Amino acid sequence: MDASAQHGASTGGNVAEIGEIMQVIAEHKGCGTTSGKGKAACGSAAGQGDLPAEIWEKVKNHPCYSEEAHHHYARMHVAVAPACNIQCNYCNRKYDCANESRPGVVSERLTPEQAAKKVVAVASTIPQMTVLGIAGPGDPLANPEKTFKTFDLVSKAAPDIKLCLSTNGLTLPDHVDTISRFKVDHVTITINMVDPEIGAKIYPWIFYNHKRYTGVEAAKILTERQLRGLEMLTERGILCKVNSVMIPGVNDQHLVEVNKAVKSRGAFLHNIMPLISSPEHGTVFGLSGQRGPTAQELKSLQDACEGEMNMMRHCRQCRADAVGLLGEDRSAEFTTEKIMAMEVEYDLDTRQAYQAKVEEERVAKVAARQDELAELAGAASDIKVLVAVATKGSGLINEHFGHAKEFQIYELSTAGAKFIGHRRVDMYCQGGYGEEGGLETVIRAINDCHAVFVAKIGGCPKADLTKAGIEPIDQFAHEFIEKSAIAWFKAYLGKINAGEIQHVERGDAAIRQGALITAA
Amino acid sequence: MPFKIIASQCTSCSACEPECPNVAISEKGGTFVIDAKKCTECIGHFDEPQCVAVCPVDNTCVIDASLPRYQAPA
Repeated sequence: MDASAQHGASTGGNVAEIGEIMQVIAEHKGCGTTSGKGKAACGSAAGQGDLPAEIWEKVKNHPCYSEEAHHHYARMHVAVAPACNIQCNYCNRKYDCANESRPGVVSERLTPEQAAKKVVAVASTIPQMTVLGIAGPGDPLANPEKTFKTFDLVSKAAPDIKLCLSTNGLTLPDHVDTISRFKVDHVTITINMVDPEIGAKIYPWIFYNHKRYTGVEAAKILTERQLRGLEMLTERGILCKVNSVMIPGVNDQHLVEVNKAVKSRGAFLHNIMPLISSPEHGTVFGLSGQRGPTAQELKSLQDACEGEMNMMRHCRQCRADAVGLLGEDRSAEFTTEKIMAMEVEYDLDTRQAYQAKVEEERVAKVAARQDELAELAGAASDIKVLVAVATKGSGLINEHFGHAKEFQIYELSTAGAKFIGHRRVDMYCQGGYGEEGGLETVIRAINDCHAVFVAKIGGCPKADLTKAGIEPIDQFAHEFIEKSAIAWFKAYLGKINAGEIQHVERGDAAIRQGALITAA
Repeated sequence: MPFKIIASQCTSCSACEPECPNVAISEKGGTFVIDAKKCTECIGHFDEPQCVAVCPVDNTCVIDASLPRYQAPA
């Protein structure tokens, strides 16, 4: 209650400004979703669209805040924050948080000094690494000294790297000024409910002001602190993303309310993630048999919230020590042992030269999509299909079917190609030949797709995919994803119009339980 | 001198360390330990022992029955 009172009393002016920005963002979001004219509203330059310049500047190289950027730029997390101040039913603290990092694996914990050295080493090796996040493995703001010491050291050693952090929000209001002082310009808050009755089913307890609170009382404190912290950050112009774990039967319908609550407080982006709850993770939900959502349930909820604000659909629920592009994990290259043995010098010029090249690539990609879209203009059809793409990044179809650890999913319509998510798959091809069981997993994961775009594919999986009703396509190898997908869709519509084929709806798909595991 | 941490259950998350009003908790051999000489069961400081309240694994910060309970100075 004090949260809303304070907001109204102290920030009347800012509320209007935030409203304007949100309006602009909402319009920006029109890209690829509603226009139906084949004219992407957000296609100018390399994706800036109608975003205000200062916001675009903050998000354009941030793989988590910009779907477009995530094909090109990488992030890293440093695990300097092991302590947590709340307990979630989807988390087993013997391991890292099961829902936001790799389940069953403990991140390598670092001191702030080790973390700073690691950042410099990674930034020198991976010039497209633009963002450092602190996300755990506990709660960064339950470890404020370690978290802010790390930011301090990194901002001095590598001043061009953007800083961000992810928190459960319980102590957020106490740290907003420090966050602002360290120029952390992206904060993610995990908000799973705004109704304490629902919260009590997700959080068994919180530790707050030297006391353990349980049940509805705990959830009430948590939600008040989270929303107050969100308001305080957005008042200061810090971009906020809200993460929500979708738990069917517990908060799935309620997340529409959460979406409204965070939107009205100025959140920039909402990331609804599927619950991960395998019994072997030993979480309360895992052991009680609480299921996660299917791919279509998740997409429906994301679609329902999309009219309200930006939805993040490219989250990989990565671990607290992840390194690399979203969807890849290069953390094994940067163990503490290896880092400490490395002699590194921070080379800002090389980084900037590399990033300039990446920008050229982005512009070329967008131009290619625009050309293809222009040809699609005029085609009228209500048909929407999903397609899967095997990619290593840069917005290209450049991965072998059998090597793909995940597929990116695009929804195609006459409005263009819209990224709607990704599906993790077990490495289907290991040791150079396909395995039957692995292929079935892949088919289940992309069962809602009409086609799969790959750089290369073997004869056997090709036949099996075709049999399952998924068309394997390799003629666009090493070309831009969106341009190719639109070209294929145009031909697909053409064949339907000519009566050669009939459009059939596909079924649902499974979300793989368990996170990305890199074969070392 | 009463609380101890059961090492086999400790996740080394360090949450207890800064909460202890007596600075009795430190890292040792990969997990955290309570200096029995310094522990006051939080009597006089807080309503509940802070290590117990913040620990993510139930029954990990427990009374050390081999030692006499803490007696607040008269």
